[in-house]
Amino acid sequence: MTTPEPPVLETRDLTIRFGGHVAVDHVSCAFQRGTLTAIVGPNGAGKTTYFNLISGQLPASAGSVTLYGEEITRLGAPQRTKRGIGRAFQLTNLFPNLSVRENVRLAVQSRQNAGFDLFSMAARHEELIEMADHYLARTDLLDRADAVAAELPHGDQRKLEVAVLLALETDVLMFDEPTAGMSVDEVPVILDLIQHIKADETKTVLLVEHKMDVVRSLADRIIVLHNGALVADGVPAEVMALDVVRDAYLGTGSGGGDDDA
Amino acid sequence: MIGTLLSGDLPRSKVLSVVMVAILLGLALAPFLFPGTRALNTAATICVFIVLVASYDLLLGYTGIVSFAHTMFYGIGAYGVAIMLDRMPGSWAAIGLGVAAGLAVAVALALVIGLFSLRVQAIFFAMVTLAVASAFMILASQLSGLTGGEDGLTYRVPRVLTPAFKLFQDKLFGVRVDGRIVDYYLVFFAALALFLLMLRIVNSPFGRVLQAIRENPFRAEALGYRTVVYRTVANGLGAGMAALAGVLMALWQKYTGPDTTLSLGIMIDILLMVVIGGMGTLYGAAVGAVIFILAKNYLQGLMGAASEALAGLPLIPHLVHPDRWLLWLGILFILSVYFFPTGIVGRLRK
Ligand SMILES: Nc1ncnc2c1ncn2[C@@H]1O[C@H](COP(=O)(O)OP(=O)(O)O)[C@@H](O)[C@H]1O
Ligand SMILES: [Mg+2]
Repeated sequence: MTTPEPPVLETRDLTIRFGGHVAVDHVSCAFQRGTLTAIVGPNGAGKTTYFNLISGQLPASAGSVTLYGEEITRLGAPQRTKRGIGRAFQLTNLFPNLSVRENVRLAVQSRQNAGFDLFSMAARHEELIEMADHYLARTDLLDRADAVAAELPHGDQRKLEVAVLLALETDVLMFDEPTAGMSVDEVPVILDLIQHIKADETKTVLLVEHKMDVVRSLADRIIVLHNGALVADGVPAEVMALDVVRDAYLGTGSGGGDDDA
Repeated sequence: MIGTLLSGDLPRSKVLSVVMVAILLGLALAPFLFPGTRALNTAATICVFIVLVASYDLLLGYTGIVSFAHTMFYGIGAYGVAIMLDRMPGSWAAIGLGVAAGLAVAVALALVIGLFSLRVQAIFFAMVTLAVASAFMILASQLSGLTGGEDGLTYRVPRVLTPAFKLFQDKLFGVRVDGRIVDYYLVFFAALALFLLMLRIVNSPFGRVLQAIRENPFRAEALGYRTVVYRTVANGLGAGMAALAGVLMALWQKYTGPDTTLSLGIMIDILLMVVIGGMGTLYGAAVGAVIFILAKNYLQGLMGAASEALAGLPLIPHLVHPDRWLLWLGILFILSVYFFPTGIVGRLRK
């Protein structure tokens, strides 16, 4: 199990305080290439905030984030994205009045560093549009490409969120409850995609997910956050057997609680 | 061909297409269609304001930046040429130097203001621009040795641009083509070129990023776009375009003063024009400028006539007295915003 390879991503004593409230509390964790780590914990445990600290949406109060051994704690979100940390948001976070295709095309354009081209026509950069369509096809959204993003049903907006993340082609991909609020028949599309990414040995995937069956089938490893602190870390079978997890998490949520989602 | 010229951004509405063609033809043939000093002056003012308002739309409508310093940049461009022509009357070199200096100062100032204040909240940026623009206005009136103070500068432009110059011996379509008309066409073609250039910029990959930032800056950052940098560049571009509009106005009016370039009154006019026409469309800037300037130049006259015709009636003559034209323009504005919240162009494209 132990890999000699250095981790792709690592947090050391990563901490953020909001006033007196410590939302993420000295979390130290390393993530290997080619693995999928599930992050679980009750609502308000600090999972989304931990993601925000890694991808640079929030500045850390203490501790560090390193990517390929290089410290990136002081970098802003755009620089971290450029270096290979991509993320999809828990609350759908799109360009609401732009088309579905344009939402993805903008991600492709960023990856191709084409944003400072002032004098050519964006519509003539066919290669960018074709690449955008490729990600739309992978997420089953190609037939909605010309729709305005805000007009998509919720499930399709979640898919678009994933399409945008894929289009960034980052080494690290973070999914924050990607299937929340999706209808039962839409969930497999997203799970297949994540499975597919996981199969790509060059990627490092972090997944926040409440559905335990999903976690069990996808994760190589589970870490548990509770009140901002990392309280358990190990392979799924091991972690799921822990009392702290059963009490805090599985006790209420495993039975029928998530089935309505 | 037309698609490339318009950067693929067609009017996308039959009525709007007709309106745009009418504006283009009206302005292109203005010296022949509407002879007379007053009409030509109105046409030239419209050309300049189309550029000025479009450059403001680049900020407000495309990037979501609220700035009150646009007339300052407009003034910098105008004063650049005015000051040089004041020193070297009638010289083309003076114009060249003035354009270069005005552009450099405007863009540099916009970049500095942008870098220091665009990373914080929008309201803070708006306040900074208001403060800088006010300070600049005071500065311009204090440095009277350079700027002519409150009186402004009156200067001589190259002879080709003056009424004394005759392009042809004979009249063309019944109109004597003098330097005034040459000057008009200089303004017209420069404005057309600048408008098409801005249309290209907003449809470029860069322009798409600006719209993304307007829509959701947080998301734009997560995609890897450094919003401060993009906003700052947009601010510099808008300032440069405004300065060029100022250059055209300076060449047309042969006078530059604080009231014609720097005043906050013009700033409010620009805001009204961009909102009436429709933000984030550029075509809206053109439509808004045409309507507003026609109203400004002719509403007063119409109202004067109405006021006289209705003399004797109680109250009504006072309501339509020419001095109330701003009141009526205000009402027109409120109605148009109420009924067309996305502006005239937004409405036509629906
Ligand atoms: N920007 C913020 N300001 C203040 N408190 C915050 C902020 N973001 C998150 N929190 C708090 O941090 C805690 C963890 O939230 P979050 O990371 O969203 O939890 P989770 O994703 O695990 O449900 C919550 O108590 C939340 O109220
Ligand atoms: Mg969360």
